[in-house]
Amino acid sequence: MERALTERDAGRPAVPSLLLSHAARRRQRLATAVGQAFLLSVTSLSVFAVLFIFYFIAKDAIPFFQLQGFREFFTSAHWYPSAAAHPEFGALAIFAGSGLVTLGAIVVAVPLGIAAAICLSDVLPFSTRQIVKPVIEILAAIPSVAYGFFALVVFAPLLQERGGSLLSVAVWIIGAPVAILAILVAGDLATDKLDDRHRTAFRWILSAVLGMAALYGLWAAGNAAGAIRISSGTNALNVSIILGLMALPTVVSVSEDALQAAGRELREGSYALGATRAETVMLTVLPAASSGILAAVILGVMRAIGETMVVWMASGNSAHLPVPWYNFLEPVRTLTATIAGDMGEADHVTGSARYHVLFAMALSLLVFSFVCNLCSEWIVKRARRKAGR
Amino acid sequence: MKNSKRMIGMVAAIGIAAGVALAGDPNKIVVDGSTTVGPIAKAFAEYYKGKHPDLNITVSESGSGNGAKSLINAACDVATMSRPMKNSEKQAAKDAGVLPIENIVAWDGIALIVHPSNAAGALTIEQIRGIYTGKISNWKELGGPDVPIVVVSRDTNSGTYETFETLVMNKEKMTDKAEYVGSSGAIRQRVMSTPAAVGYVGLAFLEGVKALKVNGIEPTPETVLDKSYPIGRPLFMYTNGRPKEGTHLFNFVNMANTPEGKKIVDATGFVSLK
Repeated sequence: MERALTERDAGRPAVPSLLLSHAARRRQRLATAVGQAFLLSVTSLSVFAVLFIFYFIAKDAIPFFQLQGFREFFTSAHWYPSAAAHPEFGALAIFAGSGLVTLGAIVVAVPLGIAAAICLSDVLPFSTRQIVKPVIEILAAIPSVAYGFFALVVFAPLLQERGGSLLSVAVWIIGAPVAILAILVAGDLATDKLDDRHRTAFRWILSAVLGMAALYGLWAAGNAAGAIRISSGTNALNVSIILGLMALPTVVSVSEDALQAAGRELREGSYALGATRAETVMLTVLPAASSGILAAVILGVMRAIGETMVVWMASGNSAHLPVPWYNFLEPVRTLTATIAGDMGEADHVTGSARYHVLFAMALSLLVFSFVCNLCSEWIVKRARRKAGR
Repeated sequence: MKNSKRMIGMVAAIGIAAGVALAGDPNKIVVDGSTTVGPIAKAFAEYYKGKHPDLNITVSESGSGNGAKSLINAACDVATMSRPMKNSEKQAAKDAGVLPIENIVAWDGIALIVHPSNAAGALTIEQIRGIYTGKISNWKELGGPDVPIVVVSRDTNSGTYETFETLVMNKEKMTDKAEYVGSSGAIRQRVMSTPAAVGYVGLAFLEGVKALKVNGIEPTPETVLDKSYPIGRPLFMYTNGRPKEGTHLFNFVNMANTPEGKKIVDATGFVSLK
């Protein structure tokens, strides 16, 4: 061994140096820097795109506020941009229309979506879930113009001819399960303190009485709904239902991810303590996933408020405040439909305020989306901090 | 690095080649504009392409206002419009170096339509104005059942809307309960499916709905031609400059003056030039 070392030390290099020369090291540093710069520029391309859009929309929206001021735009409900003598740019009715159809879409999408998500994550067996989830996601793949065509050509005449009976059927479909649930819960709560002998009998009597009352209430509500005549099928109800269907896959997917993220240990612990499945879902899993579900709802809101084709075809495009404010059976006009519909006539040279008001509406939509996004981020971050992660 | 430079160069070359190929195509006519004149343009295009199969004619219908804009921006060769060009549009054309030449291709009347089950038969212009300004809001005020009137109008992009506003509304503002739709076909479809609706369309869109008499005159090609029907208007095709004789563009635009073209206009439901 020693002889080998001495021979090796006699000038001949036996092992090549493991260190790089100066030039090679500089080349390697340069290559790393260039690679990182390229990846950074590609990533920041999307950030620049957003900033670009924001800048150009704001640039063309500011002149409208310089010409016409803020008050008329946000407080007046008279929308007559094409009147030659005194054009009026009151967009309050249009903001109200957007808000109304978004509210309707949320009322349709959120209960259905969260219920579907709970079903997918906690109730259905795995094989069924693998079939149902892709089917729900097909709803998201249908083009919005197909939804709009359906709303205009099929749903609107249906509402006009059979609106009353459709509404009464809806009252029964929504009211009956709610009434049954309410009666069961009320029976449980009321007879909790009694002893076993009287409990069953009392429960039966209470259920019978409440059941009669609920049946009568549903029958009266169904009759009142059946008497309603819908004069125009292209109204806020039509659009709300279709928008709710469009926002449904988003709400279901994100809620289901949030429910899955709550984790198996949480559920197993709850079952180990003797909770039923309903108690586990309502009292343990849902509160744990609440921030994710709230984020899902906000995403659904953003989907509904930004939809253009459906509202332009099927909402009636009538710029007036519905009377009373929650009357879904009247046609409304939304921000997106106004931008799409008025785009052609609003020429840069011929109608200055008319051109810039559309950008003002686009800016309002952008600001609203940003605020929604920030809210959703803040909710998720706050929940993560509370959970200690 | 060398690889990506080569790729960028190839993509740029392909792009330039495509642009050159599409830009100066003499065998292409692009028509854009009114949804009222659209059926005439499409019928002309079909007939003309039948005689010259290598010619490519595309017809879009995005509204008279859009058609004027396309002509000014050199995005189309022919702008169909159901109203004359406004002074502001002519000024914008002059600024862009475009000389709009007007050709009348047909005459049209704007008919007031209602659902076939509606018992109303005749209205005066004042009553129509009252309906569209919101003064008359229920059919019972016109002798019909107690049903609120569903007022349907074209959106402000439309030449039909502008003509209606000038000839019937006397520039008064429409009621804010009016529903706006995007094309004449859409008005016809709405009125056909809504018993309480009233709308206005050109003479070519009367199938499936009932046209009312205005001031006692029925909207027919004869009453439009002799000007007894009060809401009549010419239909235009605008081109950039006068097309040279013998080119496809010249033949297409002047078809309305030929016997075959007049037959096509009559078949589409409008009133051919005499």
